[in-house]
Amino acid sequence: MIGAEHFLIVSAILFAVGVTGALISRNLIMIFMAVEIMLNAANLAFIAFARIHGDMSGHVIVFLTLTVAAAEAAVGLGLIMTLYRRRGSVDASKFNIMKW
Amino acid sequence: MNLSGANIDFTLLLPEISLAICGFAILLLGVTKRGKDFGFGLGLFGLIAALAFTVQQWGTLETGFFGMVTKDGFSSLYNIIFLLAGIISLLIAQTYLRAKKIDKPEYYALVLFSILGMMVMASSYDLIIIFIGLEIMSIPLYVLAGFHRFNPKSNEAGIKYFIIGAFASGFLLYGIALVYGAGATTDLRLIAANYHSMAQQAPLLLYAGVALILIGFGFKVGAVPFHMWAPDVYQGAPTPVTAFFSVGPKAAGFAALMRILDFGFDSMDEIQSVLWILAVLTMAVGNILALFQDNIKRMLAYSSIAHAGYILVALTVGGEGAVASGLYYLLGYTFFNLGAFAILTILDTRDGTDSRFSELTGMASRHPFLATLLAIFMFSLAGFPPTAGFFGKLYIFSGAVEGGFIWLAIIGVMTSFVSVYYYLRVVVACFFTKADHPFQQVAMNPYLALALIITAVGALGLGLFPSSWIDLSRQAFASFL
Repeated sequence: MIGAEHFLIVSAILFAVGVTGALISRNLIMIFMAVEIMLNAANLAFIAFARIHGDMSGHVIVFLTLTVAAAEAAVGLGLIMTLYRRRGSVDASKFNIMKW
Repeated sequence: MNLSGANIDFTLLLPEISLAICGFAILLLGVTKRGKDFGFGLGLFGLIAALAFTVQQWGTLETGFFGMVTKDGFSSLYNIIFLLAGIISLLIAQTYLRAKKIDKPEYYALVLFSILGMMVMASSYDLIIIFIGLEIMSIPLYVLAGFHRFNPKSNEAGIKYFIIGAFASGFLLYGIALVYGAGATTDLRLIAANYHSMAQQAPLLLYAGVALILIGFGFKVGAVPFHMWAPDVYQGAPTPVTAFFSVGPKAAGFAALMRILDFGFDSMDEIQSVLWILAVLTMAVGNILALFQDNIKRMLAYSSIAHAGYILVALTVGGEGAVASGLYYLLGYTFFNLGAFAILTILDTRDGTDSRFSELTGMASRHPFLATLLAIFMFSLAGFPPTAGFFGKLYIFSGAVEGGFIWLAIIGVMTSFVSVYYYLRVVVACFFTKADHPFQQVAMNPYLALALIITAVGALGLGLFPSSWIDLSRQAFASFL
């Protein structure tokens, strides 16, 4: 029997995958996708908790955060496009004009 | 407090609505040929209208929209800080944008939307509304950081800010999800009321959630060890945008942190020791790394990290007096930091400048008035009396001593002594260094002059009458207890 706890475990694994991907990846698109996985892990956690508590607000929150993620994706991909047009690359390690 | 009542009262949202209407009007007019010139005027009009509505709301305590919106003295004071930062950064922006040939109406609309997001963040007790406000604030800021499309540094600043910002949002949202899991609510008032039963039933979820929320906001306010994006983004973004960055998002992050930590999770004692470490690291790393910078924008980026550390001291101590002194410091910081950036923007408007220390030589003989103002702002940042910076630090550190955080106060005072060195470097470069080439003339106009007057009056006025302002901050804080 699959219960709500299993969804929570999946969501925690997804979050870990997202964080790891964002930290070790070199490609901007990959980093961006890893961040999206982190947001969706949170969405899954909201749904699972809403199920456990029998509370509707968790479901509503997911719709709100999906919209936010979509807006973020539009702006982020736009920025990556401008960068690609100017530099011909989406490799994060090449963007080091300013020293850390 | 009536949580179940809907109270759909749009007058509560008049400041936000006026910003939204003006922002959309700028975008609509921007597509027509003649409407492009209205961006600046409409933007300024929207900000001033919102400021008038906010001042009118001062002293009210009202909750509306099913408890999602709360307008109290705290939100009003923060909204005034955001709007002042917006007005000053708009005043200095136009000349710079024209000189760099990027004067597009979108700029003004983006600033307005970003301030709208900050105001949403400061006016709610609900974690989800705070999150949405944070995103409304951040998404325009990503674009603003990369607004100078043909400048590779600005591109890089935009993409770095976006990646780090989105990464931080992921942490924040997951933290909110865990807190929701612990108590089946995202409302900070309910969390504060049921804290002990939540901590007993699901301590792991609660602690992990608060830790992730702290990491998320740590990135946003630039606290060490989550600060590494700040110098690059500050240096790469167009200078008026950097001016806005150094005040607006930082203040908004602290507004949310104050509500979350000093109200929602006030009973969680472990937070204090975490904040203690964050505050010490932020003050030390910010002030020490600022010593080694060649670029003034980068130096001010590290200095703004250090200033976030001072406000974290106020948050660590907690309670009415300390948080009120943190608010007072933020208000003063808005004026003197924006003033310093206003002068930097005026200098950067000239061609071929890169805001290096060496470019300041000879400024005092060519522009004695500007150089004096820059010195005043630097003294204020360093915390010399009788400026707002001095009294802000005095209140924060004496509050820390009273609260029993003696070591925190000692470390804070020591690191701010270190900071005197790099602020005075600017003054020395202006006044006492021999110029090997003549100082390039800068052009003034009424808007720039107005911005300088507002910031100078603010920085000195807050310092000359500190007690009345600290009472104001106390009033603001008392409203949310």
